[in-house]
Amino acid sequence: MPISAEEVNKVAGLSKLELSNAESEVFTQKLQSVIKMVELLEEIDGEGVDATFTVAHNRSVYREDIAVQSNLKEELLARVPETGDGYIKVPAIMDDGEAGA
Amino acid sequence: MTELFQKNIEELHQLLVSKELSAKELTEQTFARIEATEPKVEAFLALNKENAIARATELDNAGIAEGNVLAGIPIGIKDNIVTKEMPTTAASKILENFMSVYDATVVDKVNEAGFISIGKLNMDEFAMGGSTETSYYKKTKNAWDETKVPGGSSGGSAAAVAAGQIPVSLGSDTGGSIRQPAAFNGIVGMKPTYGRISRYGLIAFSSSLDQIGPMTRTVKDNALVLNAISGHDVKDSTSAQLEVPDFTATINEGVKGMKIAVPKEYFAQGVDPEVATAVKEAVKTYEKLGAIVEEVSLPHTKYGVAAYYIIASAEASSNLQRFDGIRYGYRSPEAKNLEEVYVKSRSEGFGEEVKRRIMLGTFSLSAGSYDAYFRKAGKARTLMIQDFENVFAEYDLIMAPTTPTVAFGLGENIDDPITMYMSDVLTIPTNMAGLPGMSIPCGFSQGLPVGLQIIGKPFGEATMYQAAHAFEQATDHHKKLPVILGGN
Repeated sequence: MPISAEEVNKVAGLSKLELSNAESEVFTQKLQSVIKMVELLEEIDGEGVDATFTVAHNRSVYREDIAVQSNLKEELLARVPETGDGYIKVPAIMDDGEAGA
Repeated sequence: MTELFQKNIEELHQLLVSKELSAKELTEQTFARIEATEPKVEAFLALNKENAIARATELDNAGIAEGNVLAGIPIGIKDNIVTKEMPTTAASKILENFMSVYDATVVDKVNEAGFISIGKLNMDEFAMGGSTETSYYKKTKNAWDETKVPGGSSGGSAAAVAAGQIPVSLGSDTGGSIRQPAAFNGIVGMKPTYGRISRYGLIAFSSSLDQIGPMTRTVKDNALVLNAISGHDVKDSTSAQLEVPDFTATINEGVKGMKIAVPKEYFAQGVDPEVATAVKEAVKTYEKLGAIVEEVSLPHTKYGVAAYYIIASAEASSNLQRFDGIRYGYRSPEAKNLEEVYVKSRSEGFGEEVKRRIMLGTFSLSAGSYDAYFRKAGKARTLMIQDFENVFAEYDLIMAPTTPTVAFGLGENIDDPITMYMSDVLTIPTNMAGLPGMSIPCGFSQGLPVGLQIIGKPFGEATMYQAAHAFEQATDHHKKLPVILGGN
């Protein structure tokens, strides 16, 4: 199943990525070759085989829900690209791009 | 002068205990060595000189005890393992100059053991690659030939050890990222059993596959480091709740009577004839040492790369969602609204390989593709696990080449993802099954090192070290040195 440039751009959008026209062409070509490679899996008869998604030896891990005072606010805020009054600052959410939201 | 930088951990320890060398002198000489060789190797992304010398001085003042074999030993850390003292970038622009507020559990453990943390090592961006060429910052060179790649993604970790810059490094391995560069650089690299080492503080790539492990010049050094960094961690729910044995305890017991399986499929996957010959010679050595060697079949090996790229990319697309330009890392100055903060920051911050994998992952998880790709890959994984279980019901270890070829040229495969991905065809299956795998030097082809891959049962690292050490004692491959380390 070849993947079209349109589908590649759709997947990029879902991934919160944007591609220039030149990039879109390169990505389409390379993704096509990767998808062709993974289609080898089609020859496997998976009937009656359960899929494995983890190889962890612990199945369920719980801990007590105890509040811990971390005192890391200042240190964490120091890593934020833009802050104001002790908060994380981002551009307006209800701006043009999200006006219809 | 390079003699000091050819020594293993135990030899350095003897110098430190006998006070022929202080930890401060060793640390200073390590930095001098890095300064002299770094223009050729380009392995480091950050150095920790001031803190390292201060820590070494503290150790000297306290005195290094005979039994404290790792105290004062220099170590380098792959740049996807977070450190408070040095930036952690995962070799990505999106984390340029990022400083973690905490240390990874393995970093706490190396500090507790008395290691001197020297610096952060180059890698493929977010550990996605097999040549360290996808790093945003620099191209590390193979220690044996500067026109060749060091392998990847732990290319900096491997080249730094092979070039004598440091005796020990930590790498991470999602599909072969410790073993393939270890093979390419002629050193010992161990990817332990999934769950053996805490991944708390390892920047997640593919959570069901990633594992941290040690890279060293000798097998025993490797076992000593694994002793120090293994164990259950409440901060990592995938870390195994098991006692950690002393991995050196049985290292001298040899391989007499040990049953070794050699899978025929591992010699069919585009393996270079000279690589195959070196590995077959190594297997013969095991027979001479008293092991029982037999050919076996792992019939689903050929599906490994395909299933891996689906599973690893799917998990990566999820794990890398956290890089959104909001709380840390790069934010695009062009972003005018919140959506643009995400999209522009990620589009400008991630490199091509990372974007491609995120997109493959998103594609394989999307409605209409999930069953055909992600679920199918999970089924292939089950079949591969069953293959291994069948073999390990009768055998103690599996042996095979680590890589199909020796190190390839810089720039040679970077535009061809499929060829690059096939470089991991022999290492991926153990990650898929969560098994421990290691690479040790077993010969040369075209003047470049060849790696022997040893695969063990879950939590069977001690048996692997026992077999690897027996081979190392019986052969001289690990004694041959690259020119940069005094070889000729």
